[in-house]
Amino acid sequence: MAQAAAVARQPRAGRRRTGADPRRLPYLLIAPAGLLMLGFIAYPVLSVFYYSLQHYNVTKPWKNGYAGLDNFTRAFTEDPLFWSTLVFSAKWVVVQVGLQLALGLVLALLVNQTFVGRGIARALVFSPWAVSGVLTTTIWMLLYNPSTGISRYLADVGVGTYGTSVLSDTGTVFWAAVLAELWRGVPFFAILILADLQSIPKDLYEAASVDGASRLRQFLHITLPHLKDAIILSTLLRAVWEFNNVDLLYTLTGGGPAGVTTTLPLMIANTGIEGHDFGYASALTTVAFVILLFCSILYLRLSKFGGDRR
Amino acid sequence: MTAALAEKGAAAPVPAAPPAPPAAPRRRGRERAFDDVPRWQIYLPLALYLLFTLVPFYWMLLFALRPAGSTSLVPWPVTFEHFDKVWNERSFGVFFQNSMLVGVATLVATTVVALAGGYALARFDFRIKNAFMLALLCSQFIPGALMLVPLFEIFRNLQMINSLGSVVLAETVFQLPLSIILISGFIKNVPVSLEEAAWVDGCSRFRAFRAVVLPLLRPGLIAVGSFAFVHSWNHFLFALMFLSEQDKQTIPVGLNTLIGADSADLGALAAGGVIAAVPVVIVFAFIQKWLITGFSAGAVKG
Repeated sequence: MAQAAAVARQPRAGRRRTGADPRRLPYLLIAPAGLLMLGFIAYPVLSVFYYSLQHYNVTKPWKNGYAGLDNFTRAFTEDPLFWSTLVFSAKWVVVQVGLQLALGLVLALLVNQTFVGRGIARALVFSPWAVSGVLTTTIWMLLYNPSTGISRYLADVGVGTYGTSVLSDTGTVFWAAVLAELWRGVPFFAILILADLQSIPKDLYEAASVDGASRLRQFLHITLPHLKDAIILSTLLRAVWEFNNVDLLYTLTGGGPAGVTTTLPLMIANTGIEGHDFGYASALTTVAFVILLFCSILYLRLSKFGGDRR
Repeated sequence: MTAALAEKGAAAPVPAAPPAPPAAPRRRGRERAFDDVPRWQIYLPLALYLLFTLVPFYWMLLFALRPAGSTSLVPWPVTFEHFDKVWNERSFGVFFQNSMLVGVATLVATTVVALAGGYALARFDFRIKNAFMLALLCSQFIPGALMLVPLFEIFRNLQMINSLGSVVLAETVFQLPLSIILISGFIKNVPVSLEEAAWVDGCSRFRAFRAVVLPLLRPGLIAVGSFAFVHSWNHFLFALMFLSEQDKQTIPVGLNTLIGADSADLGALAAGGVIAAVPVVIVFAFIQKWLITGFSAGAVKG
């Protein structure tokens, strides 16, 4: 069809500069995006690899220079925080994405029904999608505040004790952070799944119910297979996002208490921004890239499968 | 290629009237069989979830509107002292302006650049198309936060540290891949024959695009633009890193400073939160319908 386009343009060629050579037009069109991405994504990625082999610490300039694999051996053999961080990252991503998917699916199925007040209900339950990061932290800080937050009012009616600080207790901080992130993460899944639900032809269900299929069977045999690809892909994307994103944990817990809520990217941010140890931070970044590379490959594979679906 | 990202939606024609959700004209009786879930099975779980969604918002409003020191669960008497304080003393007025500027500039830049790229992907076959597509997909996996250091150096070399331009650029770049993928999905949904008819009538490619394709892309553009705006409004690491002068800061950085000030002034923190929430919630309220039709019209299956 692009050829047809070129032919159609021919008689008027020359009138407009960009139209002069239709073969060049697509390159002109992707040039702005391509150049921006080369300069601000590709080049930074390469320089991260370069720095990972350097000692590069603003506070200790006399040590700067080629480091070989020092930064990596430091991470893998000397830094206990690195391993606990990897474990926490995995736990965070699995719990977070699992719960978001489950709740998002239920929520999408609910608001896909026809009922009075559906429009307003959708707008309300999806609204946390719009706020994020620091604003989520702000809101949950107010809720979790030991002296004026929810716990105080619960203690007033005899539930729990006064002065409970869920964010400074290593036992509760994980679930406190999970809850806050769920609050804004579930709508993302719900919106995507709802969009996909609406593309299922309604007559499939009509036919099924004429045949006497129960709602559960309709769900298992019509809805779920239809959603499969969307679920796999959005889960992967979201997993990467939850792994990468540092806004919430950076501001809500700062990775604490005692480092128990530090994900790998958060450790990188702390090492680079607060520790000024850019060499080590770059090495950690490289490790993160390798982990993410596996995810990308998996993602590309799966998205190809999605296309070949029978 | 691009497989599930765009293919599946490509079958569905672009909805000419964007907002109409499919439920509108409902033939009762006949559809009951599959649609008729007992009401309580909808309302009860929904009410529980609404509670989870809304209590945090209410809590923020409560702290923002009630006088300091009050422990009442109803914000009465209402006071605006916290807003006054945050807006004037804590320079949220300036932050608000900066955030607005960054948000709108990112929206415009992202939409324009992504529209060009998306059109190329949707309408042409060219040699590096697959490579470009692959680059877009892969860059989805590259975290902005991990590239703060090199980005900082780039902007320092460009002498853009402490200018809002650096934040706009960084936000735009990280919004682009997804936006291009989305927009090319939307454009694929517009039949080429429409454009070809316009060419036959003597329109240039550009005029045909503007007159025929662009109007049909409205829901998609709203979805993409609002994404860009909301993201750059909420995102804070770039602003935190690239802007060190206080009068250049954006709202999330302002909020973070208030959080850092600890439990000292929760009223101010809450008021700041409300100021940060209002624009995105308004944007969201308007685009919510377009967002869902926009997605189901064909792009993000991933």
